[in-house]
Amino acid sequence: MTPRLRLKGLRSAIAGPFDLDVAAGECVAVVGPSGSGKSLLLRLIADLDPGEGEAFLDGRPRAGFPAPAWRRRVAYAAAEPGWWAEGVAAHFSDLAAAKALVGELGIASNLLDGTVRRLSTGERQRLALVRTLLAEPDVLLLDEPTAALDSDSVTRTERLLRQWLASGVAIVLVTHDTALASRLGDRKFAMRDRRLAPA
Amino acid sequence: MKPSIPLSASDLAIAAALVVLDGALSVALGLGLHRQLAVAAGRMVLQLLLIGLVLRAVFALASPPVTLLVVLVMVAVAAREVAARPEQRLTNYGNYTIGASAVAAATLLTSILALTTALRPSPWYDPRYAIPLAGIVLGNVLNAASLALDALLGAVVRERAAIEAQLALGAAIGTSMRGLVRSAVRRGLLPIINQMSAAGVVTLPGIMTGQILAGLDPMEAVKYQILLMFLLAGGSGLGAVAAVLLAARRLTDARHRLRLDRLVSGRG
Repeated sequence: MTPRLRLKGLRSAIAGPFDLDVAAGECVAVVGPSGSGKSLLLRLIADLDPGEGEAFLDGRPRAGFPAPAWRRRVAYAAAEPGWWAEGVAAHFSDLAAAKALVGELGIASNLLDGTVRRLSTGERQRLALVRTLLAEPDVLLLDEPTAALDSDSVTRTERLLRQWLASGVAIVLVTHDTALASRLGDRKFAMRDRRLAPA
Repeated sequence: MKPSIPLSASDLAIAAALVVLDGALSVALGLGLHRQLAVAAGRMVLQLLLIGLVLRAVFALASPPVTLLVVLVMVAVAAREVAARPEQRLTNYGNYTIGASAVAAATLLTSILALTTALRPSPWYDPRYAIPLAGIVLGNVLNAASLALDALLGAVVRERAAIEAQLALGAAIGTSMRGLVRSAVRRGLLPIINQMSAAGVVTLPGIMTGQILAGLDPMEAVKYQILLMFLLAGGSGLGAVAAVLLAARRLTDARHRLRLDRLVSGRG
């Protein structure tokens, strides 16, 4: 079966080469200390950093997608999400859908009417995940999705991610939290010297 | 054309006493500025005397290649200023090529427009008109372009996460940068807008003051000042837009990425 996401010799000047197949509904977890290149891998897959090699979505090469179209389907959620407007609502393409998802993550939906400045780090992280999910991507590239969350929020986030996995989304999860990687990852890799090694 | 009241060396010496007064104040109040003040005043006198001699010679020559050369040297110096001001530098001398293209295009366009329509000296490239005009336009274009460039380069570094968050959600690079591009151009245009708003109310513009002191009728001086303000506004707009768009192009690529790897921080 064609993997949902396939990396073939994907590399940048400072990371890789990476070869990896991720099936639909599978979560691949990559663990490693800060600075080992985990985020570089995700940025490379999302085409945010220039590099060589090829990535495929359901067998279709990335070069055949306009970059924005690729990123809508292979969606990257950064560890420290960026915000480009003062109001929270401006960051969501579909506010009604956002409110529903926000509830599942245990966030009061009136936060959507406020300003970004007043959000806590954990709220920002979950809201960033919500805005990423709204585009209904085929692949999720998650960078430390639960780093700033309390245990209840971690449970809720994991539950939500499992639902998305069940619906056929593939996830590449990078984290320094080995427990999270074991719980959510179907396969685990370690990042060493900016290359992947089986864990 | 002789000014109505010619100045002698002793007239200037009396005015120079005011600079000496500044120096005395610096000593008395412990400002530590007297050295700098003396050097700056000395530089000013030397530079202006020198440029006076050069201009006199160039005006006498009235040779198009020499005029062009003088204008190009002025453009090069202005480009260097535009490039040097931002704290962030584009690789491959990006700041210099952008500074030079933006400043040259904006200055030449506005100056040639003025020389061939409103002023129409004969020939239109007469150095007596072309060089001072290019000079004053250049000064303002330089200011607008360097402020705008500095604003954009600072903003992309500061707002990197915000730009890339939009890219990661599938936005085009142009959409993700639009707000920053707008505010950078706006930053470049602020000085000329302030200058126009204050002209005649808060300040008497220098050109006009000089012409009135030199004996020209105030209404004639005002007309020249208005023409110049329009030229400066046009030049500033062109210069700021050109600098910002050229820099934005360098900072992005065809795969809609933000290329901060093409930016180095710090001076040098």
